[in-house]
Amino acid sequence: MNLRIHQDHARFREIVKGRIRKELRKYISSGELIGKEGDKLVSIPLPQIDIPRFRFGERNQGGVGQGDGEEGDALSDADAESGEGQAGSDEGQHILEADVTIEELAEILGEELELPNIEDKGKEKLVSTKERYVGIRRVGPESLKHFKRTYREALKRQIASGVYNPKRPVIIPVREDKRFRSWKLEELYESNAVIIYMMDVSGSMGEEQKEMVRIESFWIDAWLTTQYKGLETRFIIHDATAREVDRETFFHTRESGGTMISSAYKLCADMIEREYSPAEWNIYPFHFSDGDNWSTDDTKNSLKILDEIIVPSSNMFCYGQVFSPYGSGQFIKDLVAAFADDERVVTSEIPDRDGIVDSIKTFLGKGR
Amino acid sequence: MYRQGRWTGGLPRYLKEIQTEIEEYAVGCGLDFFTTYFEVVSYDEMNEIAAYGGFPTRYPHWRHGMEYDRLKKSSTYGLSKIYELVINNDPCTAYLLEGNSLVDQKLVMAHVFAHCDFFKNNLWFAHTNRHMIDEMANHGARIRMYMDRYGVEKVEEFIDLCLSLDNLIDVHNPPMAQAYHFEEEDREEVLGPGDVPRLKAKPYMESYINPPEFLKEQRDKMNEENRRQAMFPSDPVKDVMGFLMAHAPLAPWQRGVMEIIREEAYYFAPQGQTKIMNEGWATYWHSKIMTEKALDTSEIIDYADHASMVTATSGRQLNPYKMGVELYRHIAERWDKGRFGKDWDECDDMRERESWDTGTGLGMKKIFEVRRIHNDLTFIDEFLTHEFVREQRLFSFEYNQRHRQFEIESRQFDEVKKKLLSQLTNMGQPVIRVIDANHANRGELVMLHDHRGVDLDPGYTTAVLANVNRVWKRPVTLVTRDGDKPIAARFDGTDFVEEEIETGE
Repeated sequence: MNLRIHQDHARFREIVKGRIRKELRKYISSGELIGKEGDKLVSIPLPQIDIPRFRFGERNQGGVGQGDGEEGDALSDADAESGEGQAGSDEGQHILEADVTIEELAEILGEELELPNIEDKGKEKLVSTKERYVGIRRVGPESLKHFKRTYREALKRQIASGVYNPKRPVIIPVREDKRFRSWKLEELYESNAVIIYMMDVSGSMGEEQKEMVRIESFWIDAWLTTQYKGLETRFIIHDATAREVDRETFFHTRESGGTMISSAYKLCADMIEREYSPAEWNIYPFHFSDGDNWSTDDTKNSLKILDEIIVPSSNMFCYGQVFSPYGSGQFIKDLVAAFADDERVVTSEIPDRDGIVDSIKTFLGKGR
Repeated sequence: MYRQGRWTGGLPRYLKEIQTEIEEYAVGCGLDFFTTYFEVVSYDEMNEIAAYGGFPTRYPHWRHGMEYDRLKKSSTYGLSKIYELVINNDPCTAYLLEGNSLVDQKLVMAHVFAHCDFFKNNLWFAHTNRHMIDEMANHGARIRMYMDRYGVEKVEEFIDLCLSLDNLIDVHNPPMAQAYHFEEEDREEVLGPGDVPRLKAKPYMESYINPPEFLKEQRDKMNEENRRQAMFPSDPVKDVMGFLMAHAPLAPWQRGVMEIIREEAYYFAPQGQTKIMNEGWATYWHSKIMTEKALDTSEIIDYADHASMVTATSGRQLNPYKMGVELYRHIAERWDKGRFGKDWDECDDMRERESWDTGTGLGMKKIFEVRRIHNDLTFIDEFLTHEFVREQRLFSFEYNQRHRQFEIESRQFDEVKKKLLSQLTNMGQPVIRVIDANHANRGELVMLHDHRGVDLDPGYTTAVLANVNRVWKRPVTLVTRDGDKPIAARFDGTDFVEEEIETGE
C-alpha cells in the first residue's frame, strides 16, 4: 500500500541522513554513536531537527501535577512534563533520536570520506548450489505444474474457440495448455573477510587511547561489513605476551608492564595459518599501539614475521599509532623504513580524536 | 475510504447500526453536532492521518514524515495507540481504528459526537473554517504548485521558516473574526491636528477653568499620541505573522505560503485553547452514554479497562482528559446542589458546606453553558475551587536550581491555580508583539516579549530571530529579560548580539 505519507517520510529520512553526514566528523570524534548500536540499528541523537519557535525554557517553568507527595518532594523528569502530550492532535513534538541502520551509516561514511569500494580479488569461496525457479516452460513433471498460468492458457483457448460458457464457467485444460515451472541451478559464491584487531594494552596505553581505538574500529567494522558478506572479527591483546580475547575484553582490559609487539604478530600469524587460508579469505590485520616497543631486537623480530607471513597473506596490513605521552612512538618509523615501497602496509598516526577520521580514510581509502 | 479527496465508501453495516444507536443517545442527551461521517482505518492509515494533523490531503512536508516516524514507532512498540481522530469540519469526519473492539467503537463514537458538539457550539471555534478539509486540500495543491514552479527545497525551506513563526499569532483576535477595522481616518477625527482644545472662559477665570497643569498634561498626552501614531505600527501587533505577511518584502509565492501556514495556525489554535475542556467534555459524555445507556452487561469489563486507561494519570502528570471530566462533574454537582452564589460563598462552616444541597438541579444547564462560552483559561479561572484542588490532589511544582531536580512546590489553592493559569495563558506560548518596524529610522524590526516571570529558551530564541531576519531582511531585535535583567537580542543577518538594556525610567 502506498500512503502519501511515505513521500514525506522518505524526505524526513533524507534530512536525517543529510544531518548525520554534515555532522559526521563530530559524531566520529566524539564517539557518541558507539554503544548505541543494537543488532541492526544505531540510535543517533539529533538535537536540532525540530522547528525552532519562541518558547519558554523548560526548567524555568514548573507546572501542575496530580497525586501523592509532600511539599519539597522530588519529581522525576517524566512527571514534570506537562500532560499535553496525551491527546492525539498535538503538533510538532521534537525528536531526540533517529534510528539508522549500520549499512546506511557506512554508506554515509563512504560518501563523506569518498571511500572506494573494495576491488574483488577473485577470492571466492563456493558455498553451495541452489535451485531457483526462474521461468516457465511447456513440458515438465505434474508436480511443477503452474496452476494459474495453465488455467489462463486454457481460458484463453476456450474463449478463442468459443467453447467458454460464462453461465457455466468450466475450464478444462488440455495438454497444450499446461505450463510448468522451470529451474536453474545457481552456484552461490561468498567472499569472506576477517579482521584481526591487535592492540597494545601495556601500561602506556591509557583510557583515552583505547577509546580512540574503539571508535576507529567501530567505523572500520561498519565499512567492511558493507563490503563483505560474512565478516569475522578476531581480537588480540598484548603487552609482553599476547592472547586472543573477545570484543568486550579487548576494549576494556588494562594491563601494565612491557610491550613485545612480536608476541601479537606471532599469534596473528598462527591464526592466519591455522584458520584463514589466504586463498579463500580477505584478511585485514589492524594493529594499534602507541609505538613503544620493548627492544630493537623485538622490533626486528616483529618486522620479520610481518614480512614473511602476515603481509603476504593479507589484503593489507594496517598499523595505527595513537599518540600517548608515555610512548616513544618509534615503531611507526621502523615500520615505514622497512616497508617503504610496499603498498600492502598502511600506517597512520592518530594524534587525538580529531585524527580518527583521517586515519580511517588512510586505512580504507586504498580500496584494497 | 477517504483518499485523494473522494468518498468511495462508508461503514460496514454492524458499525452503522451502532452509530445510529449511539447517535440517538447523544441527541437525547442534548448534544448538538454536525452530520458526522465515520470511517474505519488501519493502524498505518491512522498514523498517517494523525501525522497530517487529521487531514490526509495536507501539504507535503518532512515534519509530517517525522511525526509519522514517531507515531509508527510508538504504536509498533505499543507505547501509544490512537483510537479515534475527529476533524472540526461540517460535515464532521471521524476516523476509527480498525483494531478497536466493539465496545471501543461504541465508546469512541460517543466520544466523537461530544467532540463534534463542542466544535460546533464552543464560541472559540466560531471563526474556524467549517470546510477545512477542502481548504487543506487546496493548500496542498497550492504548495505543490509552488514546489513545481520554484523547486521543492526552496519552498520547503520557506515552509520551515513560516512554521517557526506560527505561534506568533493573536489567538484572541483571529483575523477571520474581526468585525470591524479601525480606519486611519477615524483616528484623525478623534484627535485632529492643532493644540489642546480649551473651554471658553473669561480671562480672570481662565486658570480655573483651563488649569495650566491640566493643559500641559493634555498636551503631553496628545504629543505622545501623535508620536505613537507616527510610529509604525502605531499599536503593538500581536499577530506577528500577519504583520510580516503584510509588510515584509516577500515574493508573491512566499506570501502565499505564509498565508497558508498562518491560516492553519489560526484554525488549530482553538483546539489548543480548549484541550482540557474539549477532552473533558468528550470523556464526560462518553462515560455517561456508555454507563447509562449503551453498555451491555457483557461489555462492562472491557469498558472499564479502556476507560481507566484513558483517564489514568501517568506518574504524577496531569491528564487533561481527567482534569476536564472531573471539573465538569464538579460543576454539575455544584449547580445541582445549589453550591454557588452569595450564600455559598459566604458560608465558612465546613460541615454545612459539606452537606449543602438546595436542590436547584441546574447542573446540566450549567455545563452546557460552560461548554459554549469558556476556554481552558477562563474555565480554570472560573471553576477551580479549593475543594477540587484538594479532592484531585493537585500540586504545583518548580525546578529547584540547587537540588537540580523538579520538586513539589505547594498544595495551596492559590499557587496551584496561578501555575495552571500561567501555563494556559496564550496556550502556553510566550506573548510577543511587534512594537517598531522602523527602529532608528533604519527599517529595523523590534519585538517585545511580554515577560511574565519565565525566560525564553535562549537556543530557540536565536534560531527564531535568524528566521525572522530572513523574512524581514533587515536587522531584528527581541526585547526580553534574562532573569531580572532586561535584554535586547539582536540579529543583523550575520551576527547575533545580546546586550543588557539600561532602564532609564
